[in-house]
Amino acid sequence: MIIARILGTVVSTQKDERLMGKKLLIVRPVNLDGTDTSAYVVAVDTVGAGFHERVLVVSGSSARLAQGMKDVPVDAAIVGVIDTVDVMND
Amino acid sequence: MQLARVIGTVVATVKNDSLEGRKLLIVQSLNARLEPQGQPLVAVDAVGAGAGELVFWCRGKEASFPFKREDTPTDCTVVGIVDSEAHVTNGSRTR
Repeated sequence: MIIARILGTVVSTQKDERLMGKKLLIVRPVNLDGTDTSAYVVAVDTVGAGFHERVLVVSGSSARLAQGMKDVPVDAAIVGVIDTVDVMND
Repeated sequence: MQLARVIGTVVATVKNDSLEGRKLLIVQSLNARLEPQGQPLVAVDAVGAGAGELVFWCRGKEASFPFKREDTPTDCTVVGIVDSEAHVTNGSRTR
């Protein structure tokens, strides 16, 4: 999984019907020191993550194992809201 | 799989139910000479690995196999702890 920050939302009325009712958020992976990367991904929110919170994003076919994603065409899902990140400084 | 060093932990109280009670480790992938390479990742712990330990992880859908396969959303899981650095040989010794 990757640690990411929520940048914004995507609203799409014309989409695969299995995506109906799913919240689509734009997330940007962040480095361990908190700096942003330049990438972004549209991820389905499965935990009610708020704006600008740091989240845990699972990608690939494992995203379909998130709650309610059984046969939904997604390859990135937010599966957690991060409280703390502790990194050993060696 | 890939060799990695556990360099930290992540706490997330709000998360998918099937991740409840699972430890989230930050793992830094290593090359064959056990030097850091690539981006750190967050991995679910399946074998009781702790910070600083040399481990290996499994990526993709198979990462959910140590748990309830059909609904544990993980794409990276620590599936083994290496006994020690000496137990990683990369065949550079001449015969």
